[in-house]
Amino acid sequence: MKPNFEKGGKYQKFQATFEAFESFLFAPATTNQSGVHIRDGVDLKRVISMVIIALIPAMLFGIWNTGYQHYQALGLEQSFFCNFIYGLKIFVPMAIVSYVVGLTIEFATAQIRGEQVNEGFLATGLLIPLIMPADVPLWMVAIATAFSVIFVKEVFGGTGMNIWNPALVARAFLFFAYPSKMSGDSVWYGVDQAVDGFTGATALSLAGSNIDVATAKYDFMTAFMGYMPGSIGETSALCILIGGLFLLLTGVASWKVMCSVFVGGALTAFLFNQFGPDTNIAHLPWYLHLVYGGFCFGAVFMATDPVTSCRTETGKYIFGLLVGFVAIVVRVLNPGYPEGMMLAILFMNTVAPLIDYFVVDSNISRRKKRALKVAKKD
Amino acid sequence: MSDVIKLKKGLDIRLKGKADTVYGQAASPELYAIKPTDFFGLKPKMQVKEGDKIEAGSTLFTDKNLTDVRFVSPVSGIVEAIRRGERRAILEVVVRASEKPAPVEIEKLDTAKASREQVIDKLLQTGAWTYFRQRPYNVIANPTLNHKAIFISTFDTAPLAPDYDHVIRGNEEDFQAGVDVLAKIAPVYIGTHGNNSSKAFIGARNATVTAFEGAHPAGCVGVQINHTNPINAGETVLTIQPQEVVAIGKIFAQGKLDFSRVVVLAGPEVRKPLYFRTTLGAQVSTIVAGNAKTADEGARLISGNVLTGKQIAADGFLGYYDSQLTAITEGNKSEFFGWITPGCNKFSASRTFFTWLQGKKEYTLDTNTHGEQRAIVVSGEMEKVFPMDIYPEHLIKAILDRDIDKMIELGIYEVVEEDMALCDFVNTSKLPIQKILRNGLALMMEEVG
Repeated sequence: MKPNFEKGGKYQKFQATFEAFESFLFAPATTNQSGVHIRDGVDLKRVISMVIIALIPAMLFGIWNTGYQHYQALGLEQSFFCNFIYGLKIFVPMAIVSYVVGLTIEFATAQIRGEQVNEGFLATGLLIPLIMPADVPLWMVAIATAFSVIFVKEVFGGTGMNIWNPALVARAFLFFAYPSKMSGDSVWYGVDQAVDGFTGATALSLAGSNIDVATAKYDFMTAFMGYMPGSIGETSALCILIGGLFLLLTGVASWKVMCSVFVGGALTAFLFNQFGPDTNIAHLPWYLHLVYGGFCFGAVFMATDPVTSCRTETGKYIFGLLVGFVAIVVRVLNPGYPEGMMLAILFMNTVAPLIDYFVVDSNISRRKKRALKVAKKD
Repeated sequence: MSDVIKLKKGLDIRLKGKADTVYGQAASPELYAIKPTDFFGLKPKMQVKEGDKIEAGSTLFTDKNLTDVRFVSPVSGIVEAIRRGERRAILEVVVRASEKPAPVEIEKLDTAKASREQVIDKLLQTGAWTYFRQRPYNVIANPTLNHKAIFISTFDTAPLAPDYDHVIRGNEEDFQAGVDVLAKIAPVYIGTHGNNSSKAFIGARNATVTAFEGAHPAGCVGVQINHTNPINAGETVLTIQPQEVVAIGKIFAQGKLDFSRVVVLAGPEVRKPLYFRTTLGAQVSTIVAGNAKTADEGARLISGNVLTGKQIAADGFLGYYDSQLTAITEGNKSEFFGWITPGCNKFSASRTFFTWLQGKKEYTLDTNTHGEQRAIVVSGEMEKVFPMDIYPEHLIKAILDRDIDKMIELGIYEVVEEDMALCDFVNTSKLPIQKILRNGLALMMEEVG
């Protein structure tokens, strides 16, 4: 079968596709021909697999919570099983759409470029549905995915070359293109008519309008466990942190980025608590900031994307601290965007190369100084 | 004794098949070869023809650019073959020995009284000048330049590398004699393994001794240079290995031209890993035959270590600067769903396999690439195994961009392939880092000189 797909073969056009599937099934038999004779066991497939495994707890909880929130809005108590089934009905089609659209584009571009298909999208494809509200129509998922894969990733050269996190751009695209479907109080439940007396606001938007109600309804434990409305995968800090712990144990995500996001966010929120303007959200306790909205998900799965965060070790601390800082500043100072995390990470993605530039530049000038010192001595 | 420089970054690859510090017996082979390909950028000018009768120590070829530099035959005999490759580049100059290799008596030179010029001249005459390599670029040293310093690393941290404390035993005085000779040329710096190395290394006179601790590449001379007296743009330094220092010591102190070398045979495909006494450029078949698995049995034989060595055939020749032969398993088999298995038998610097929970187990690493080449995605992994004040990823990217100014700024002068070999090993994207670096160095030589 293989010769058909090789150069000069009948299906030469589909070489990249064939290779992608072949290497998916079998780790290739290629051996080292130059440089080192042995190589580390790890490859990009392995790394991406770890990210997907880390997403599983948040995904499973999100699926259940989608059903739970839906039936809550209808005023019904349902069994665990019913909640989960409802969630599956929402989540699975979204995931299928995101994978099919994204992978089709990936395969096509790999084919056109004559390169191999990179594994990067396997994680992005799962991240996209996890940061969507339950109500978002499938065609929007498709458009957002296509937009981000083409204009954020492929035009820059594909996996490893992009400036912004593709999954976040997909969300940002919908956020600005179809705001009514992406925020507000009614997009989280999949119901047209909620029961009387039901307020559908997320914890964050509630905190913006009435902080006492928010902190009473969504206390730390409720928010930490994730029994609240929000994008599918972002509500349960607990499940996200389990995934985060896995990423740190396997060394796939940088602890420097992850921890500094939390530190930066907590510090900024704390300062607002102490000295902030006299608005509701400025006085939301700092620890609630960390478990409300997409902060946790962003810190663990989005900010740590190695391609779009800083690549120098010093830069990672700065990048993380600033992501946390900007996220809280946007939340507190701009009531129009209660969800600052997405914007903060995208903004910092833009700035990350600049941070790296200065870190590397300090190394360069250190080397120049050393040479000058020697020259003076002579 | 100075303080110990502790290097935190690095990685010891726990490969099976470490040799006992015992010598095995092997007959001396009939064929010996000097391979011009062992010297980067060398353009050889042949001084002999096939069939010529030659003595040990007589010139086989010289360097077209540095005409004083001679490459000599390690044995007496007949020039058997001058093997050529693509575009008639000379690959091997093979000599058939007519007698057993033995040291040649030559005129002594009293180091204390000799001038720098006399010392260099003697080294050029005897062919021992080729034992030096010049940085930047790791090339044959230019005898007319004023080199800043000479560096000797007296320990090798590469997988299954020879233990120089053991190798040097019995030649301690010649080592010191060699250091005295080197000190005539430029200040000598010696890097030792902690404070427990051989007295010959720790107590060396006429040299600045610095102790290092840490995982590979702590033993790489480039890393030691970076931590003791780093190379600045425009400077050149020389490096030399302990066995070659001993050989130089013998020339001056004993008046003996001795081409004998110790080599260690190790690796997971070696039945009994041992040390052997052999000769520079020796055919390895007498050492390897019966002791290491052959290519037909699914093994790969390497002259050098698994990170920087060159693959050779079972009847190939020992590399000019190599003190190690390694036999490892060929990994030309595909693996079903290889990327998701728990991988308890796979060694990885990353923690994505469960092997990191298994402590100090030793592994049989094969030559499989374990994945295909990808764009650079994972960050920080090369930095973890590269204990120099240089940003490896940015340097590699500058080379790929062919941006010479950036390469210089980022410190390309300070590195050669062996320093970055672990970056080659660990990177998830399977990029050929050493090859990229060599291309960068070649570009520098061409454009900057």
